[in-house]
This record gives sequence, structure tokens and C-alpha cells, in this order.
Amino acid sequence: MSSKEKETIITLISSILILGFYSLYVYQNYLIENWELINDFKFWGTTFLIMIPVAIVAQIIIHIIFAIINKIVTNEDLDEISDERDKLIELKAIRISHWIFTGGFLAAMSTQAMGMEPWAMFVTLIFSGFLSAIVSESAKIYFYRRGF
Amino acid sequence: MAKKISLPKFNLTNNIRTLRFHASEMTQQELADKTGVTRQTIVAIENGKYSPTLELAFRISHTFHIKLDDVFTVSFNK
Repeated sequence: MSSKEKETIITLISSILILGFYSLYVYQNYLIENWELINDFKFWGTTFLIMIPVAIVAQIIIHIIFAIINKIVTNEDLDEISDERDKLIELKAIRISHWIFTGGFLAAMSTQAMGMEPWAMFVTLIFSGFLSAIVSESAKIYFYRRGF
Repeated sequence: MAKKISLPKFNLTNNIRTLRFHASEMTQQELADKTGVTRQTIVAIENGKYSPTLELAFRISHTFHIKLDDVFTVSFNK
């Protein structure tokens, strides 16, 4: 397995873990005490804004730890160069992720058009963002395995 | 209304494996280093799973000091 494939798998797993732990943290520390926050726009705005830097920093830390462990176990460095095939695969994955998130955004707006509560829109937005990231990383693994 | 053009399908084959053998058994990693790509890209090209860009194709032919036609062969299907 190439180091690009390994990195993609690590990104996939870390995306699931980060969202899982962050959701659990928010639920246990805020929602469990005051369930009325679920329809508070300020709560969701803050949750989104904090989630972005937390996810970025967590991804960086996880990748650094992975690079160290990979070096110790295999005695090989990760591929630093990103060639034309990597960029093409990246573009294809971004395209897929874009379409999934667009679909999720439309679904989120539909929840409001159908008169559902605000939390349904925010949960749909988070879920579509998460799904687009998962499918995008899975697509990368598929393209790397297939050759292109 | 845009006119639909049907282009003939083609197969792109290469003899990089043979060329590497004749170049003192050059490894895939060595060729990758000389052409500025990863070893996986060379593997994909050799197996016919990936068609390189014109730039990379020229870099590969330049590495073996031969013409592009001697590395890649195109056959059009009727």
C-alpha cells in the first residue's frame, strides 16, 4: 500500500473520530444540561465556528503522529511530492465531495421549506459535510487502487 | 445545436518495462525520481491504467534518450 493510500485512510478514520468525539463533547457539555439550545442559532453558529479550527488542528496532530509511527514501523518517509496523478485524483474526489455537499445543502434548505425545526437544517448540514468528506476520501482510495 | 462528433477509441500502450530492463535494470523508483513523479504513477503507467500527460511522456522518453514514439504506441480501434 502506497503512503498516499495510507494517508487517505488515516484522514478517513480521523474524520470519523473527530466528528464523533466533538459531537459527544457538545452533547455532554451543552445539550444534556439545556436541551432548549438545540434550536438556538447562536449555539449552532458557535458549534460550527469552533468545530472548524478544532478539526484542522486535530487532523494535523493525527497526521504528524501517523508520520512518526510510519517512520518507526516501516523506516520509510511519506511521499512528499504530489505528482500529476495525485492532483487528478484529488480533483476528482473534490468534484464528488462538492456534489454531495450541494445535495446536502439543498436537503438542509428543504427541511426549512417543509416547516421543520431549525436543528434539522443544522444537523443536515453537518451530516452532508461529514458524508462528503467520507465519500471523497473513499473515492481517493478507490482511484489509487484502480490506478487512476 | 452542437454537432456531435464521434471520435475513434484508441489504446495507448508502452514498453517502459523493456526500456528499464535495457537501461541496466533501472528500478521503477529510479525512473520515478528522474521524471519527478511517485513510483505508484510509474506502476500505473506501466500497467496501462493511467495515461500520462504529454509533459511526463516527454520526460520519460528523454530519460531513455529516445523518441516519444519509441516509448508509447497508439492503436486506433475502428
